[in-house]
Amino acid sequence: MSEATTPSPPVAGLAGTLPEGGEIIITGSALRMIADTFRENRMAVIALGYVVLVILVCFLGPLLYHTDQVHTNIAEASLAPGTDGHVLGTDDDGYDMLGRLLLGGQASLEVGLAAALIAVVFGALWGAVAGYAGGVVDAVMMRVVDTLLAIPALFALLVLAAIFTPSIPMLIVVVALVAWLVPARLVRGETLSLRTREYVEAVRVMGGGSTRIVLRHIIPNTIGTIMVNATFQVADAILLVAVLGFLGLGVPPPATDWGSLLSRGTNYIYAGDWWLIYPAGIAIATTVAAFNLVGDALRDSLEVRLQRR
Amino acid sequence: MIRYVGRRLLQSVVVLAGVTITVFVLTALLPGSTARAILGPKATPIAIAAFNHAHGLDRPLPVQYAVYVWQLAHGDLGFSYLLNESVGQLIGERLPKTLVLLTLAYAVALLVAVPIGMMQAVRRNRVEDYGITAVAFLLYSMPAFWLGLILIIVFSADLSILPPEGPQGGVDTYLGQLPALVLPVLSLSLITIALFSRYMRSSVIDNLVQDYVRTARAKGASESWVLYRHVLRNSLIPLITLLGLSLPVIFSGALITEAVFNLPGMGLLFWDAARRRDYPVLLGVTLVVAVATVIGNLLADILYATADPRVRLTGS
Repeated sequence: MSEATTPSPPVAGLAGTLPEGGEIIITGSALRMIADTFRENRMAVIALGYVVLVILVCFLGPLLYHTDQVHTNIAEASLAPGTDGHVLGTDDDGYDMLGRLLLGGQASLEVGLAAALIAVVFGALWGAVAGYAGGVVDAVMMRVVDTLLAIPALFALLVLAAIFTPSIPMLIVVVALVAWLVPARLVRGETLSLRTREYVEAVRVMGGGSTRIVLRHIIPNTIGTIMVNATFQVADAILLVAVLGFLGLGVPPPATDWGSLLSRGTNYIYAGDWWLIYPAGIAIATTVAAFNLVGDALRDSLEVRLQRR
Repeated sequence: MIRYVGRRLLQSVVVLAGVTITVFVLTALLPGSTARAILGPKATPIAIAAFNHAHGLDRPLPVQYAVYVWQLAHGDLGFSYLLNESVGQLIGERLPKTLVLLTLAYAVALLVAVPIGMMQAVRRNRVEDYGITAVAFLLYSMPAFWLGLILIIVFSADLSILPPEGPQGGVDTYLGQLPALVLPVLSLSLITIALFSRYMRSSVIDNLVQDYVRTARAKGASESWVLYRHVLRNSLIPLITLLGLSLPVIFSGALITEAVFNLPGMGLLFWDAARRRDYPVLLGVTLVVAVATVIGNLLADILYATADPRVRLTGS
């Protein structure tokens, strides 16, 4: 990681806001990594565009497409798409499916993004502290991670979801609880090599404390790994929430999420009500695929950058 | 080698101890009491206290944990008050079904993913590679249960050629119910294929640029000899680790598959237990799955070290 020593032009907009040179260069390089990725990889641009589009449609769509997502209406239950202005038909409670899809998307995206953020921040801190401290602290902290990793995520999630009554904040916490382990491992691995670097030594010699070294020098230098993992975490979190919803442990009605929508749809497989099964599934699969594509592109460019050093 | 195995073994024991503590703490956090679940909402406080006392549930948590570990050491996984059956027995009945599902899915996945990954690596960045990558990507991004649902819609509801439900009854009757196994195995292996073929592809690509490949070619070995005699064998080594690492994913996938296809294996047992708050079963299944994961990873690491001497040399 020669970044801290290589003089590179700070990003214009950030130069005035950050106090110290090191951080500006690092932030700049992270931004440049993203910029390079999307300049070179057309699929990544399309995928990122799709992610933005899905977020905008789910959160702004209901402002343009008004539907009642609180009161059931049995008189309009299970209508085929196109009838009475219901673009995607209605479900067995008479909810408009397009409106429901947007509402469910909000929940799935909120949980996915927030859980990934919490998981990555906590995991990165955990990993950096363990890796920097070394010795017994490292061993204990990493055995905790190993232990929790041994319990398959879905099994842990089912137990957790049975303990806490499902709501969006609870789902965020529950998913984050099982998701922070992988970033913790990744960041710890990088910290092991970072802590012996000259500039870390230099900070220590100059009297910089451990907290300062971890927060301002080690973590900023693992930002590439963290960002790549965060992108994958969002994809995984959306899938996990979908599974919880499908197993009946999602957001309770009248709210909904994509998995819960599908769970209800399963009752109508033989009735041929395809609009209860395909739209939500396609929404999950394409959104998750888009996040994975962005993550792949970021990882590729990170690897290329590491090789160039 | 012995030192490496010893170190990994010790680590695994520590992790296993951690697993029992974690599972126990999780269960202690569960809301609703066992006594209420069994005696019903109208039970008097006295009856509940008597039940708790009879089953040792009124003792301090550390004592309950010690009792739990003591029983585990004697092969006792607990007793499901709800099903009136020992957890060990319940798992014993269900585990073979899950194992059949897992084994078949792994076998199908490897048989398909290895050739596909190799083909992609050899013909990388061409139409076939891009096409398969796209399909694998979609499969990998699909919720497992949704894939199962689509398979049911297509093969059961529309075409009516396969039953929508997994095989019922004991494993010994599975031979007579082979059609019922097709969809669950297909659904579980499709996602695994997506994962494995991606690894296989990059593993083969990594090996194709190695010096030994150039040497073999320089000696005049035919392309197929180079591929099958040298590259394939070396590319399979990372898959050993992947087999171990993918165990938690596969177990989760099996749970979902069993739920979708109503296949009464260990995953379905766990899901039912979660909904009924059947603590002993939750504890037991989580423990069995976690132990299997730890042992699987340990075996994979040892196998890997056996196959690749570089690992054990740097490891010890």
